[in-house]
Amino acid sequence: MDPFKNNELLTIGTFLPLVGVVIMMFISAAEEQLHKMIAIVTAGATLVVGIITLLQYDYDASGQLQFVVNEEWISVINSNYNIGLDGISLPLYFLSMVVTFLVALYTYDNMPDAGSPKMFLMLMLILQVGMAGSFIAQDLILFFVFFEIVLLPMYFMIGVWGGEDRQYASLKFFLYTMFGSALMLVAFLAIYYNTGAESFAFQHLYEAGAGIGRNTQIWIFTGMFIGFAVKVPMFPFHTWLPDAHTQAPTQGSVILAAILLKLGTYGFVRIALPMLPQGAEAWAPVIAVLAVIGIIYGALGCLAQTDMKRLIAFSSVAHMGFVMLGISTLTVTGINAALFGMVAHGLITGMLFFIAGSVKHRYHTLEISRLSGMLIQVPKLGWLLGFSAMASLGLPGLAGFWGEFPALLASWNPNDAILGDQLELYRVLTVIAALGTVLAAAYLLWLYQRTAFGNPSPEFMPEAPAARSLSAAANDEHHDHHAADDIHDVTPLEWIAWTPFLVAIVVFGVYPQLMFEIMDPAVVELVNVIEAGVG
Amino acid sequence: MIATLLAQAAEWTRPDIDWHGIAPELVLVVGINLVLLIDLWIDQSKKWMIASLTGFIMLGALVPVVTLAVVGDDVRSMFFDRYVVDDYALILKALFLLVGYLIVLMSQTELEEGGYYQGEYYVMLLVSVLGMVAMASSRDLVSIFVSLELLSIPAYMMAAWRKRDVKSNEAGVKYYLLGVFASGVLLYGMSYLYGTTGSTKLTEIGTALADTEGSLLAMQVIAVAFVIVGFGFKVSAVPFHTWAPDTYQGAPLPVTAFLSVGSKAAGFVGLMSLLFVGLYAADGVYEPFIFVLAALTMTVGNVLALRQTNIVRMLAYSSVSQGGFILMPLAVIASGDAAESALKAVVIYLLIYALSNLGAFAVVMAVSRKTKSGEISSFGGLIQYSPGLGVLMTIFVASLTGIPPLGIWIAKLASFRALIDAATGIAYTLAIIAAINTVISAAYYMKVLREIWMRPVPDGDTSEIVVPQPIWAALGICTVGTIVLGLFPGLVMRFADLPDLTGALGG
Repeated sequence: MDPFKNNELLTIGTFLPLVGVVIMMFISAAEEQLHKMIAIVTAGATLVVGIITLLQYDYDASGQLQFVVNEEWISVINSNYNIGLDGISLPLYFLSMVVTFLVALYTYDNMPDAGSPKMFLMLMLILQVGMAGSFIAQDLILFFVFFEIVLLPMYFMIGVWGGEDRQYASLKFFLYTMFGSALMLVAFLAIYYNTGAESFAFQHLYEAGAGIGRNTQIWIFTGMFIGFAVKVPMFPFHTWLPDAHTQAPTQGSVILAAILLKLGTYGFVRIALPMLPQGAEAWAPVIAVLAVIGIIYGALGCLAQTDMKRLIAFSSVAHMGFVMLGISTLTVTGINAALFGMVAHGLITGMLFFIAGSVKHRYHTLEISRLSGMLIQVPKLGWLLGFSAMASLGLPGLAGFWGEFPALLASWNPNDAILGDQLELYRVLTVIAALGTVLAAAYLLWLYQRTAFGNPSPEFMPEAPAARSLSAAANDEHHDHHAADDIHDVTPLEWIAWTPFLVAIVVFGVYPQLMFEIMDPAVVELVNVIEAGVG
Repeated sequence: MIATLLAQAAEWTRPDIDWHGIAPELVLVVGINLVLLIDLWIDQSKKWMIASLTGFIMLGALVPVVTLAVVGDDVRSMFFDRYVVDDYALILKALFLLVGYLIVLMSQTELEEGGYYQGEYYVMLLVSVLGMVAMASSRDLVSIFVSLELLSIPAYMMAAWRKRDVKSNEAGVKYYLLGVFASGVLLYGMSYLYGTTGSTKLTEIGTALADTEGSLLAMQVIAVAFVIVGFGFKVSAVPFHTWAPDTYQGAPLPVTAFLSVGSKAAGFVGLMSLLFVGLYAADGVYEPFIFVLAALTMTVGNVLALRQTNIVRMLAYSSVSQGGFILMPLAVIASGDAAESALKAVVIYLLIYALSNLGAFAVVMAVSRKTKSGEISSFGGLIQYSPGLGVLMTIFVASLTGIPPLGIWIAKLASFRALIDAATGIAYTLAIIAAINTVISAAYYMKVLREIWMRPVPDGDTSEIVVPQPIWAALGICTVGTIVLGLFPGLVMRFADLPDLTGALGG
């Protein structure tokens, strides 16, 4: 089968969620169950298209773009509807479909308190269009449009369905991202004009970008760096993340962690590095230093947290630090590790946020000091938390390991054609980053120890039956609701939504080659472009 | 004496009139008389028919515009090249007629329920639109001035249409006084232009100014400056914007919408025709002048908008600030190869801004029917009880902020492109100022979105808003336009063709 003939596949896969949005638009908001079903079916259909894409993908030609479409779009600025998929984008593109489907499924039972599933799910489907589109775009303006589509739905998701400080968190998220996007757009335009204003197509800019003068490249890279670093988020630009993650509803947190953060790192890999190789050469050590600061700072931040969700959020800063460290080595191993780390972090942290959401649902709190004895009270949930924590700290045999270990390996030996003179810096950084993994083990195990071990706290213990009936008689129905009543173990729907994550964490942990195989040819091509551009 | 007059008369030849080319104007003229006459004879209870009739006239005038666009690849020129129908004129005529139609839709219920004079209102509206449509074709100082007055004078009256309301009277008087003053300044500048170049025809003025090769007479410098000041009032550029917020707040809402979109666009069109065809050689004068105007306009408009609590005043200041963005590419039309992209940028900006802003006003009208309030806080919780309106307002506001893929992002991109094409220090400076302003503007636009999505309903009244049919129609057109033009700007950008505007006339 010739994948180059199935040109509509990517377009259908990306825009299919909009069909669901249009259908939902015409159905009354009161039909809540119907809306949930439509969203699940739409996300499911999108996933099916994604699976077909996987099946038709030519794995032997993973280094090249497949399913390419190049249609005229905005001719006055030479921007085209130029899309395609290669080994770098395929895993992320597919992951976005899986995550959206599972999150939609999870929403069936776990609608956030603010209600109105119609709006919530419509926003989620629009979000999916933006995410999938960003990964297939092969044109800077098209990429920018998809990248920005994500902004408003996420802003509303956090701001409407979030926790108590939601308005502050959503505005912070919005302004940070908006600021980053503005600089990013300026950088895009600068690349365009510095290459002769001929085309925004990635392929064209890979070839032409290297011709830009070194100083100009560094300046343009600065703009892109800030734009993408806000999204990742990297160390000095990360402050929106703990707020956004903590305040966002479970669904929002999962999507943020699993996909949205990856838009930033993907932008580095796909756009910033190959288009501005000399800029990348100059910036790589800075990125490496900031990444390692992020690893340590994120880990220390985790140790100081009293809120489970905030802790997981800070752990994202640390994990994304490893991803950025991998990218900053400019080696095949490092970038492979980074890409693997992106997917692994998406799965593992997504899973952790799911669990945090379910804990909140049951205990109505996420304060670590109030939770304990989950293994006794909700053993399955407790085990899942343990499993995800182990995966997150990089236990060999689970997916997290293959993001971090090769990244460290690569940073011990950064690309000597480009970063030969920075060897000592990178070696020092490797050692510090390795310490970060120890800290990761510390904060995750400590979290696990405090919440899962020991005896359940008395405030969540059911009262004795006799006392219970008395109090029930004394109080009206409303006050009868006891803190322990909501506490139950993992529900079947949660199993359905979570199993794919768990399976994937194990499968990729045991057999990482599955994904490396897809990514590697594309990464080799990419590193060739960078090396050619510098040399 | 009579003999000499007769002798002159003998030399006078009737100008060729291209009836097809002038058909949109003719439809409007016939329509104005029709509405005027029917209004005299029609029973008070049937006045609503006038609105529908006016709507049909607007659409009727749009028909020849479309046929001209389909038929014509050549530029039609009348009255000795003083009145020109080219692609540029056609797309703007279409814009003005569409705005007119949308205003009719928005006015209908407001007028019926508010106990206004109806027949006269629609006559005024049609006359004003006629002025705008004529403005798009005018290539002569006299016809530009006549068009400007034709579109302004009815607008002065419409601003004061709520005649028992002191605020509305204030709106009308303020607008009138400053408008007349601006006309005076403009006319003064035009007289100098005529005096120093010997012609009122823009192309001839252009050649005469170009012949001076940069060393303009002092009088010509004053003339150019005065002309720009005159239009500065019309487009409410800072520091000539002071009338705008009071007038916008006091006037009936549909009129406010009309002023903030229609007259503003017409002002820009006049200014553009003048700059591109007549004054292009005087770049030493207008370039720094417009640079300062644009930078001030977008910044001051934004800063003042940040502090507003009334939605109409906020939209007024935001429209001032958007005006700065529209003005921006005009500051660099003589530098580099920016002329073409500047023209495209202004035209697409005017079009999309019109749709998004009218849409926002239509939502404000619909919401204030229920809340009877103009405060931004009255939008609290809109998404809960009227999700349709909430989503539409979100689309319009997001478009005004410049978030892709909604309309104005591409307009802003086109403006930036013009600045980068110019590739001068002043252009880059302006681009940076504009970029910062875009982020500032996000703050007050987000304030509206926050109310709609995240705040509780102010008085707990969650009954749904009853939106009249015509307003739905207006909202529909604005939404489709905002989204489609954002995704496929090429649909209209190709009409804004520079060689068409200047080249065909040898300018």
